[in-house]
Amino acid sequence: MNAPAYNFAYLNEQTKRMIRRAILKAIAVPGYQVPFASREMPMPYGWGTGGVQVTAAVLTPEDTLKVIDQGADDTTNAVSIRKFFVKTAGVATTERTEEASVIQTRHRIPEAPLTEEQILVFQVPIPEPLRFLEPRETETRTMHALEEYGVMHVKLYEDIAQYGEIATTYAYPAKVADRYVFDPSPIPKFDNPKLDNCPALQLFGAGREKRIYAVPPYTKVKSLDFEDHPFEVQSWSEPCALCGSCHSFLDEIVMDDKGTRMFVCSDSDFCARQRGER
Amino acid sequence: MTALLSAQSVSKSYGARAGCMDVCFDLWPGEVLAIVGESGSGKTTLLRCLSGHLPASSGKVHYSMRDGRHVALDEMSEAERRLLMRTDWGFVHQDARDGLRMGVSAGANVGERMMAVGERHYGHIRATATDWLERVEIPEDRIDDSPWSYSGGMRQRLQIARNLVTSPRLVFMDEPTGGLDVSVQARLLDLIRGLVKRLDLAAIVVTHDLAVARLLSSRMMVMQQGRVIEQGLTDQILEDPQAPYTQLLVSSVLQV
Ligand SMILES: Nc1ncnc2c1ncn2[C@@H]1O[C@H](COP(=O)(O)OP(=O)(O)O)[C@@H](O)[C@H]1O
Ligand SMILES: [Mg+2]
Ligand SMILES: [Zn+2]
Repeated sequence: MNAPAYNFAYLNEQTKRMIRRAILKAIAVPGYQVPFASREMPMPYGWGTGGVQVTAAVLTPEDTLKVIDQGADDTTNAVSIRKFFVKTAGVATTERTEEASVIQTRHRIPEAPLTEEQILVFQVPIPEPLRFLEPRETETRTMHALEEYGVMHVKLYEDIAQYGEIATTYAYPAKVADRYVFDPSPIPKFDNPKLDNCPALQLFGAGREKRIYAVPPYTKVKSLDFEDHPFEVQSWSEPCALCGSCHSFLDEIVMDDKGTRMFVCSDSDFCARQRGER
Repeated sequence: MTALLSAQSVSKSYGARAGCMDVCFDLWPGEVLAIVGESGSGKTTLLRCLSGHLPASSGKVHYSMRDGRHVALDEMSEAERRLLMRTDWGFVHQDARDGLRMGVSAGANVGERMMAVGERHYGHIRATATDWLERVEIPEDRIDDSPWSYSGGMRQRLQIARNLVTSPRLVFMDEPTGGLDVSVQARLLDLIRGLVKRLDLAAIVVTHDLAVARLLSSRMMVMQQGRVIEQGLTDQILEDPQAPYTQLLVSSVLQV
């Protein structure tokens, strides 16, 4: 007899139910970090085991999965996670944002607008935004409970005092539904506005830290700032060298050993579409 | 006038050992009370009970809130107590590292309480921090420096500025000049005295040093083995101590 080596999407049904319960709780309390019993996954922690467990718990056989890392579908991390789900769940995969029903991501939100039919799953290394100033877990929990978020502005104050502007460019803290301050994972702050009022369900999984949190569809997400130093996204002085887009997040790429540089879209699917290749 | 803070039979024991026993007093608005006694006499324990950092084993501490309510500390919600601690109260620790955020600049240390109560204008925070640094005699150009680069005396003054920025009505100080050089101590005491007077602050100052009590306080309590053995006007006690232990303290220290 050739019994399948794994249950659908690797995790057993009991584990998936446990994770789904955590997800439901996270959706019910937007931005709140729900503890869950994170499982060992057949990959190292730095590889997004939290996101992988969330994806495994929400995936159905009918889903089409897209996996990106730094915006690209072809990086090692993205390729191995995609392969993992092809092998364990047999789901269809795609590189096209609008074809995907589940998108697992590290570091980016796709440029193409998301829809109500989609779930975006983020891989999160450090879920606790208060940790920078308060290492004690019992204390950060109380601070969240009592909405004591003054220290978040201490960090932004330090930025302005040191650099003349808010220099935080990744993992930029935001407040969800006027209540919980959260860390939107290491996405560039360029992507923060996409979190706000997004039609898709956004789920965040931190494997090592055993936390799941969520931004339900159409939820207000407000990036923290000062009245006289309002939140701003990154901008570039030149368009994408490949597709000419002026509205996407650009990566700087070194072209040769003479140090020639070029700016191109980090979202490779978006860039290809702009160039009419897809 | 009602007392700002009143202690009724406050006791705290650590297992079989007594920390402080049966302490009663009223503190009036704008009054500075010194708690003196040798090491181990229960001063810190009492201060921590009074400031809500340590639950008393028995007895009550009441505080007059700004809205006029007279509330027992152990009956406040945690949210209310924490808000009180970062608005209406201040804490100056002997070791500045316990009272400062050492990982951020001096300016951020002063600005933190403002941000904690909702100030969201960087320019205002910066201007207020600059003003407070000046008031505690820290040069303006040190505002972006880390407290690690500050001397002991500067760190104490920074701690004071960080606390006073929200205009508290009551400041708790535990050996605020302990561990500093004598000349630095004198300057800090002058500064504290000036601020307390100008801002009409009430303060409870723990010290083992009668000279500190004499300089800062109008009233004092003498503690021995966890009990208050004498209390009254500072000048009176220093001039005419009643308890034998106080007499010993006064004669050994204040031979002027
Ligand atoms: N956390 C503690 N656990 C047990 N005993 C303590 C603790 N803190 C203080 N004590 C004891 O309580 C007594 C009073 O200490 P403390 O309040 O620190 O005095 P002071 O500040 O006057 O030096 C001492 O006998 C001390 O050893
Ligand atoms: Mg002490
Ligand atoms: Zn492009």
